[in-house]
Amino acid sequence: MAEYTMHILVCGGTGCKASQSELIKSNFKTRLNEYGLGDEIQVVLTGCFGFCEKGPIVKILPDNTFYTQVTPEDVSEIIDEHIIKGRQVERLLYKDPETKKTVGTANGMDFYKKQIRIALRNCGFINPENIEEYIGRDGYGALGICLTEKSPDDVIRIVKESGLRGRGGGGFPTGLKWELTRKSVSDQKYVVCNADEGDPGAFMDRSILEGDPHSVIEAMAICGYCIGADKGLVYIRAEYPLAIERLKIAIRQACEYGLLGDGILGTDFNFNIEIRYGAGAFVCGEETALIHSMEGHRGEPSVKPPFPAEKGYNGKPTNVNNVETFANIPVIINKGSAWFASIGTEKSKGTKVFALAGNINNVGLIEVPMGITLREIIYDIGGGIKDGREFKAVQTGGPSGGCLTKSFLDTPIDYDNLVAAGSMMGSGGMIVLDDTSCMVAIAKFYLEFTLDESCGKCTPCRIGNKRLYEILEKITDGKGTKEDLSRLRMLSNVIKDTSLCGLGQTSPNPVLSTLDHFYDEYLAHVTTSSCPAGQCKALVHYTIDAEHCTGCTLCFRNCPVGAISGEKRSAHYIDQSLCIKCGVCFEKCKFDAVLIA
Amino acid sequence: MNKIKNLADLKKLQSEVQSKIKLRENGNHPESVVQIKVSMATCGIASGAKEIMTYMIDELDHQGIDSVVTQTGCMGYCYAEPTIELTIPGQQPVVYGFVTKTKAHEIIEKHIKLNEMLDGIIPVTYLLIDN
Repeated sequence: MAEYTMHILVCGGTGCKASQSELIKSNFKTRLNEYGLGDEIQVVLTGCFGFCEKGPIVKILPDNTFYTQVTPEDVSEIIDEHIIKGRQVERLLYKDPETKKTVGTANGMDFYKKQIRIALRNCGFINPENIEEYIGRDGYGALGICLTEKSPDDVIRIVKESGLRGRGGGGFPTGLKWELTRKSVSDQKYVVCNADEGDPGAFMDRSILEGDPHSVIEAMAICGYCIGADKGLVYIRAEYPLAIERLKIAIRQACEYGLLGDGILGTDFNFNIEIRYGAGAFVCGEETALIHSMEGHRGEPSVKPPFPAEKGYNGKPTNVNNVETFANIPVIINKGSAWFASIGTEKSKGTKVFALAGNINNVGLIEVPMGITLREIIYDIGGGIKDGREFKAVQTGGPSGGCLTKSFLDTPIDYDNLVAAGSMMGSGGMIVLDDTSCMVAIAKFYLEFTLDESCGKCTPCRIGNKRLYEILEKITDGKGTKEDLSRLRMLSNVIKDTSLCGLGQTSPNPVLSTLDHFYDEYLAHVTTSSCPAGQCKALVHYTIDAEHCTGCTLCFRNCPVGAISGEKRSAHYIDQSLCIKCGVCFEKCKFDAVLIA
Repeated sequence: MNKIKNLADLKKLQSEVQSKIKLRENGNHPESVVQIKVSMATCGIASGAKEIMTYMIDELDHQGIDSVVTQTGCMGYCYAEPTIELTIPGQQPVVYGFVTKTKAHEIIEKHIKLNEMLDGIIPVTYLLIDN
């Protein structure tokens, strides 16, 4: 049996494969066999390190050396120097871009500081259905410290000093919210956890509840202690059955262990948590609508003030926080506000979880410090754009947000910068778009979502968004005029200014932000009736370039409507009156003879 | 389970759990066993993590390999589900993505039994707060 003492990991991600990482691997193997080390040192092709601009990457275990931009020719040097003589190959080590110093091991690299797991600290580590595993990782220790050593005001001060802001999207300072609810005088108060995650593409709250439900329970109890509430409610959508199941198990276990219930940890603090189910309406993520829904009324927002901190659930002071916000709390108590405040930017502290999706290689859930740039997220963590295409924009903030273009690739991401750029943090959906995405169609997609989800209570949102959608439809159908563009902008601003709640006030954002950043694209739709990205079916025409067509008949055989005709080995032709613009001919053609115009 | 009555009780339980985990991961101890965590959030389950977990438990049991297979939450590698984390006692944990039954079989035969890593390891590239 081979007993490997050393492992050489070669990155086999898409980017590195393109730069010959497979050849690097085989070179390593050949060289090692020449030295007779094939049984002692194993060479493995790994998944993507995410650090593609510095690829191909080679990592040596167990000493954790990290080599960047390795070529197949470098292999002999690495073996001769590193493996045989035990000396690192200096010139291939990663150089810190700021200090210009080489970094010997992977642990010292700033690349590894690009993701810090605070809210996701236990996701993927512990068994969420076993409370002891949570306790083993400092679980409920923060609650213990708060109850026995700190006054509610102390704890609120810590949360305030940490600079934590609401992770649901708005970014309201959490400590301040707690303080306001604490100051409200009442015989009964409530802590509510908002788990009504509704942005298309965002799923961090679900992942936290599924992977680490106790962190939310612990934080809710801490919040209850601070504001003077003995009752907590989790508002969660019924379409998250696994999260609900794990949460139920966690609540039951916490009660069994005496970490929920009466007289927690020998103090006179009582706290219980119940679950309330939502039907999955987007507007119920808005806190007043959420509270109405919990009370059994229609999920419609109401005018603020009064804020829930004064008059919330059942007319009593209520503190509503998002799942991810709560998940940060125990760590802030355990590690201190100064530690938390040392991460992030001046006005946005800590980390944010993003759901990375769209045309990007490493789709996934990432947790990054505030202030990271889009470039770092896309190219150092996300592994770059799929199929090596061109980056076009990133959509953040879901239906309330907007698009960030190339010019924002190096903007530090935090609440305020995103708002200044015409988008917003939102709950953390991040959809990466490449050059094949039509921005008018993207705006239309989000508006269609808002249209479905508008509760209909106020006129600007109910009717305004419908009209907005109709104009967009007119444009993507090729029937728009230049006047429609100014009408879009005017109507958007009216909806923003006059809607009752956050949903309507932000619903035109995708339209406004694409109008700002991609005006040319809108203009092309209305003036030349063309879609530059080739996505709007009504504006696209498929034709066959007779010079390049070899008459292979592939398009003819695949056309679902028989719109293509032609003889074998001679140029084919598309009958425009029959063509349904499905694009199959374009995808199938091996000779790039099908053109989109 | 007796209720945790005070902070000292909680701390005691915490250190008990921690030493249990250490025991499991510490290489030169007779009680040390192979540990596998299967990422079982909604996304993982949808891509077949449950079948992989059952397969691993059955297969390891069948072959008489002393092991602990547990479920855990989302590791974040949505593009590579189902994902598992494998810890051989005394070694760093290794994450595998795109784990099909064939791959799971290979992991048992090669990595667990022969300590031979397989292609397709997912490099873990984030900082944890406890270090």
